[in-house]
Amino acid sequence: MHELDLTRRNPLIDPSLQIWGWETSVYLFLGGIVAGMMIISGYFLFRGRYRETESTSTILPFLSLVLLSTGMLALFLDLEYKVHVWRMYATFQVTSPMSWGSWILILVYPALFLNMLVRQPHWIETRIPLFERWSALLHRHPVGMKTVGIVNMLLGGMLGIYTGVLLSAFGARPLWNSPVLGFLFLVSGLSSAAAFVHLFARNRWERELLAKSDNAFLTIELFVLALFVIGLITSTRAHQDAALLLLSGVYAPVFWVFVIGVGILVPLFLQTLAVTHRIAHSAIPPVLVIVGGLILRFVIVAAGQVSHWTRVAGLP
Amino acid sequence: MARYGMVIDTTKCVGCMDCVVACKTENDVPEGYNRDWIAYDARGTYPTLHMEIRSERCNHCDNPPCVYCCPCGASHVHDRGGVVLVHHEKCSGCKACIAACPYDARFIHPEGYADKCTFCIHRVEQGLPPACVAVCPTRCMSFGDLDDPASGVSRLLQARRNHPLTPEAGTKPQIFYLT
Repeated sequence: MHELDLTRRNPLIDPSLQIWGWETSVYLFLGGIVAGMMIISGYFLFRGRYRETESTSTILPFLSLVLLSTGMLALFLDLEYKVHVWRMYATFQVTSPMSWGSWILILVYPALFLNMLVRQPHWIETRIPLFERWSALLHRHPVGMKTVGIVNMLLGGMLGIYTGVLLSAFGARPLWNSPVLGFLFLVSGLSSAAAFVHLFARNRWERELLAKSDNAFLTIELFVLALFVIGLITSTRAHQDAALLLLSGVYAPVFWVFVIGVGILVPLFLQTLAVTHRIAHSAIPPVLVIVGGLILRFVIVAAGQVSHWTRVAGLP
Repeated sequence: MARYGMVIDTTKCVGCMDCVVACKTENDVPEGYNRDWIAYDARGTYPTLHMEIRSERCNHCDNPPCVYCCPCGASHVHDRGGVVLVHHEKCSGCKACIAACPYDARFIHPEGYADKCTFCIHRVEQGLPPACVAVCPTRCMSFGDLDDPASGVSRLLQARRNHPLTPEAGTKPQIFYLT
């Protein structure tokens, strides 16, 4: 028997950590999906898809800017000392993943903006003539445009990995303390992004490509999730307890039903039928993938805060 | 250079919470919040049970993850004695330091910044012991320089069996409990 009773009752800390709520989960999800969209739009730009009238290149960078800003708003809402938000940009702390993330986000904005200039949404084109002049300048340098595509892919990769590394750097929370988490969030971001873009892609080639890539990302995500769990199970007792939170603890129903079932297996099955032309493409698989990606962030953020070196609540 | 630490004799601690009250009074800790607290740790199988009563707080780790993860440079190691402190005016309240602490020793002050035990550095700089140590009625708490072999805390650690909290987290805590 081991019973530990503390007289401490600090808000958000006891009985288990609840410092990060929906804001952080939403931010990590939107950060991940934007990372995936940057990689996809960067690839489309590199391949010269912006020349196609029906290409999603027209809207992808702009949508990424909107989603990223929404994520940043969620992050801002999570801060307890909001008027000090600028403090993050008054320094660069090389050992802090959050500091790296803050500065990566600062680089992401101009990269997305340049990507947007290549093929602006019509309503921006007609309203802001200055952008049209910049866009013309960009079009005179094809190598520059390809470079913008590569930079978008690179920064997208960094952003996607960062959303996982942000959590995995916390050794105090055994569930998060996995080297696989960065890659898991990157792949999950890619699958959610491919699903999201698939929802409004009109070009047949792009739809097929996105559905096939989404299947590949979902398959990889499933393997990475397995690696994530195996890594925890084969580690210390604290890490094993953390894994049990997902496998058989209070978060197990949500993890198995919504993350694995609804978020990966069902859309993977339906989309495999769609790409082999047995059923028509529909919005159902992409929506399920997006919902699964969002719930994955919620589960990992919540269960990670419960996981602890010495005491874990919610285990059977 | 000094390395401040604390040695707490669990065979003398009765869990009276004088240290908790002294800390709240000395540091004006808001109602409902604690910089230090009492842990009742019971182990064994009836009738062979053992209870350790501990006065706990920030361990002022030698390898402080709360300092490493801070994006604003607010969490820092003080020049004097390696004490881990927070510059309130630099803190954005991102809570990364709270997530990084395996002892859950930090909290968000109602004014928005991360807060925690300071080892009463304002008293220590005047040659006084931390408030919790000063008031302990059983004299179970000792504070001093762990790098000085002649200090009271070093002599206690040499003479008595002791353990830090959660050493497996790898943060090198600087509070030791005599058993």
